[in-house]
This record gives sequence, structure tokens and C-alpha cells, in this order.
Amino acid sequence: MKKQEYIEYVESRAKKSPVLKNCCFAFLFGGSICILGQIFIDLYTMWGMEEKTAGTTASITLIFLASLLTGLGVFDNIAKIAGAGTLVPITGFSNAVTSQAIDAKSEGYVLGVGAKIFSIAGPVIVYAILSGTVYGVIYYAITAIWG
Amino acid sequence: MKNPIITLLNPPKISATYSVVGHKEAEGPLGNLFNEVCDNDKFEKETWEQAESEMQLRAIKGAIKSAGLQETEIDLILAGDLLNQCVGSNYALSSIDLPFVGLYGACSTCALGLAIGSCLYNGKILDTCICATSSHFCSSERQFRFPLEYGGQRTPTSQWTTTGAGAFALGKEGTVKITEILFGKAIDKGITDISNMGAAMAPSAIDTLKRYFQNSSHSPDYFDLIVTGDLGYEGSEILKDLLLGEGVDIRKNHVDCGLMIFDREGQDAHAGGSGCGCSAVVMACDIIPNLEKGILKDVLFVGTGALMSPISVFQGSSIPAISHLVHLSRG
Repeated sequence: MKKQEYIEYVESRAKKSPVLKNCCFAFLFGGSICILGQIFIDLYTMWGMEEKTAGTTASITLIFLASLLTGLGVFDNIAKIAGAGTLVPITGFSNAVTSQAIDAKSEGYVLGVGAKIFSIAGPVIVYAILSGTVYGVIYYAITAIWG
Repeated sequence: MKNPIITLLNPPKISATYSVVGHKEAEGPLGNLFNEVCDNDKFEKETWEQAESEMQLRAIKGAIKSAGLQETEIDLILAGDLLNQCVGSNYALSSIDLPFVGLYGACSTCALGLAIGSCLYNGKILDTCICATSSHFCSSERQFRFPLEYGGQRTPTSQWTTTGAGAFALGKEGTVKITEILFGKAIDKGITDISNMGAAMAPSAIDTLKRYFQNSSHSPDYFDLIVTGDLGYEGSEILKDLLLGEGVDIRKNHVDCGLMIFDREGQDAHAGGSGCGCSAVVMACDIIPNLEKGILKDVLFVGTGALMSPISVFQGSSIPAISHLVHLSRG
């Protein structure tokens, strides 16, 4: 069997991930995390915070909770079912950083934790800054031309 | 053309086997057959890498003791694992005062060690040797995939690295002998998906088994079992299907170590176990004892290994694989 034939044979027979089921769970878990975020925003506003500050504080709270659950060894068990539901919100970013930090700890705080902490989450930071910069340049050019 | 099968005229015997596993393996279908279990997978060590070395060391010492040998009687230790530069074995063997050769054949290392050890015994280069391999879920996951606590979803074709170490003492005592060897070829059929290693490895197992039956007087029916380790569910199905297309029917007597070690559904192991500890502990705790008891008489053991590195995978290179064959016979 030629390489291409074999690749097609393997792809045709491999059991696919249950996309519909995964999407439903992602919707439920992701939605619940957003509701939780909204609850935090409402609580913080009720306690006298400005809306913008309350929003940022709610994000920080979710980051903290995801990091804590990762450290307790619970997050990956939830994420196994939730999939994109826990990955896409800010919780996924928090988990990617914390889990890598825990793993790299045995290699020391400089070359381990320090050097490797962003090895999964790093691309998100790099391309977020890059796309932000590109957007900024385009925005500046447009406003400079059309005022 | 020269027959590629190496027939051993002075075949070594398996004097003893010893298996050490982690908690998940102990909860699996073979749970009560292992010699030693560590409930927290840490083996009283600080890091997962040290835990793997400790596990392999216990397996080696266990095999030497079970064979009734003194360390001074061992001529050579052949050992391997999945970690970069074989550190699992290197650190395990640094606390034993014996000559050691490190091997890398990914999940085929157990069969590779037995094959090389048998050839050396056959050539009267040594009288007694130990062949050992180990893999640890936590150290492998860190090296090949993601951090342990990372929240990701596995695909149905992915395999679960076994936490286990198996060791075999080869020498003149014993009831099970190694009579034939067939070394594998590195075969790359273009699979790039690291989550479908069964599919990457199956073509090499097909090649080795096809070459064996083309050059042997035995047919597949001659063997009580044809054991692959570890193709998992996906790779095993591909192997049986494509071999049948080549006119070799192994559907009746084929088993796979990756399918034996875990309850795939109940233990969330997806396509089954993998790692060079997987076939080692299954052979050590189940297949070889059954040969010793006379439940099995002739077994073909085909160790299958996927030969990628994390870098080669990131660079988009496809995964070559290798399968070494060992013929185990009672009497």
C-alpha cells in the first residue's frame, strides 16, 4: 500500500472525536463560566466597584480559581468533559500557565518555571500583541488619512 | 536470498521475570499478577524521572533475585526507556555495579532487549543477562505531550503510557526459551498524528510478520498467541485487516499488550496502553508465566515502537516505526 493510500485508509477508519457531544458540553461549561463571571461582576458592582474595574476583577477571580483548581489536580478532570468550554475562556489560559509551572518546578525556578511557564500559553501572548500592533498601525493609518 | 530470521541453535532460557507497576495498571485486568505495585506512582522519589529509574531498578533487582542469582553472576544488563538520552535506565543502572548497554526502540525496546540478549547468549558471548525496560506515564507525558495538569481532551485513537517496568533474566535455567529472532525495519507510512500511534506502528508490525511467515516453515496457526506490544485498538485492527489482505490471517490468535493492560472503557484509556513498560510487564506477568505453566506453548512476541521525537513531530515529519520479533517456545 502506498503512503497516500495508507493515510486515507487510516483516516477513513479512525474513530472521530464526538464533535456534537463535545460542542454541547463546551457550550454548557463555557456558558456556566460566563454566568459565574457575570455573578462576580454583579457582586463587585454591588460592593461599590466601578463597572470596568468589576469586570477586570471578575476576570482575575476566574484566573485565580482555574489556577487553584489546576494546583488541586481537579481542573484537568473537568476539562476532560468540558473541552473548549474550559479552554476558550480565560480559565484555559490560566490552566496552561499553572500546569506548566507545576511540571517545570522540578527543574528549578529559573530554567524550569521561569523559562517554561509560557511554553503553552506563550503563543497566545505573542500573537495577541502582534495582532494588536497590526490593528493599531492600520487604525492609525486610516485615521491619519480620513481623520 | 539469505533468510532474515535468526534461528538460535544455542537458545537462552528465561530464568525469571519481574514486573513493577503504578496504581492505574494495578487497577486493570492484570492487576493481581504484577510482582510489585506503587500506589502513588512516585516510588518514594522527588521527581517523575527519578520515580521511573527507581521502578526500573526494582524490576532489575527483582528479576535477579527471582532467578536465584547473585549480582556478580550477571554479565550484562540491556535496558531502555522512553526518556531523552535513556536517562530512566542510565540513572537506574548507576546504582548497580554491572556492565550496561542502553537501548532505544521506543515501545519495541522490550523485544529489542530480549532479541539482542538472546543473540549474545547464542553466540556464547555471555552466560547470563538481564533485559529491562520501563515507561512512566508522568515522565512521558511531560516529554512527549502536555503538562500533567493541563486540561485537554484526548482523541479516541490516543494511547495511555503505561507506568511500569519489566525485567527478564536470560540464562541457561528455565522452561521458556527464545528460539528465533527477526529484527525490524524502520518503516514510515506517512502518519503524522501523534495521537494515532497505533496507525503509525501497524505497518512495521505488518512488515515484520509478513517477512517472518514468508521465511518460516510455521504458519500463523502454529502459534498459541501472536502478541504485539503495543498497537492498541486502532493499530491492532489495522494490523489484522491489512495482514489478511496479504494472505496472513492472525485474527484467531492475536492479542495486544496495550489492550490487555487496561480496561479501555472503564479506565478511560481510549485506544489502550503504550510505552515500553507496557509490553514488558504484560510479558513478565502474564504471557511468560503462562508459557512456564504450559498453558501456552509457542508465542510470537512482536514489540512495536514509534520512533518520533517531540521536535520531529513539531516539524511536521511523519512517524517511522519499528517492530522486532521474538519467538518464545516452551521446553
